[in-house]
Amino acid sequence: MKPGHGELLLAEGDPRVQEDEERLVEEFRRQLDEGMWAAVPVTNPGSGRREAQLVRDYTDIPVEAERVIFFPRASGG
Amino acid sequence: MLLALLALALIALVLAAPLIVSAIKRRRPARRRGAQDELEQLSLYDPGRERRAEQRARELLRSCVNEEEWSMYRDLGFIRVAGKHARRETDKSGAPAYAYLVYPHKPIVAYVPASGQLLSEYCVEFPDLAGTGGRHRLPASDDVLAKWMALTSDEDRVIRRANLHLVGRQHDPARVRRDLWRLAEWERRRGPRPGIHQKSR
Repeated sequence: MKPGHGELLLAEGDPRVQEDEERLVEEFRRQLDEGMWAAVPVTNPGSGRREAQLVRDYTDIPVEAERVIFFPRASGG
Repeated sequence: MLLALLALALIALVLAAPLIVSAIKRRRPARRRGAQDELEQLSLYDPGRERRAEQRARELLRSCVNEEEWSMYRDLGFIRVAGKHARRETDKSGAPAYAYLVYPHKPIVAYVPASGQLLSEYCVEFPDLAGTGGRHRLPASDDVLAKWMALTSDEDRVIRRANLHLVGRQHDPARVRRDLWRLAEWERRRGPRPGIHQKSR
């Protein structure tokens, strides 16, 4: 999510393919280095409710995740 | 005496004349450049861009939250998120002790679902980190999604970062109470479902 633009596709690929994964890791790190927060929408297995899972490292991304959403970190308004 | 002052003023004016002329010359191209920039911005402005960005944001929000939350946002314009902390260790009845109302581009409101008591406003925003210098902000539905993701993933962190105020600083308390009533009516019409239920007052 980018202010003034909304949703932008940053990178896509199959993480099982090495070349794709390297590109995804690079983009993931770049976004975090820029100060963005990364989250994956998931379903809580206990409550069944939808929630987001913050990911701080590429290896934290759940295997079944279809996408990672980057958004500006929150600050006091 | 007066004649001497007039003479001095005339001399000062003559001496300052080159400076005044060069200042005027400098300002003219700058003003022309400013007008050109403004014209370019006008010609590049796409009135549909924000509408398309909002449309994409709505689709993204819909794909992330559950059906109830999406319907709530579509019908009422806000989303309710349950607070994760219990009032006491023994209070594990399942119903949350408090919840949040998430509005686009407005502070998050914390309240008690059981009583409808308004607790506080949490002012939070998601600023442009690229530092483009503009006053850009997220589309409305992206702002709601960002708050939803921040609250459901790490409630404590987003609350720590927010500015806390009593309800009434940016939100009209009467309006929020009306929203809680609308929410209760909306839930009543939808019929009994598991989850939080807003008490109608």
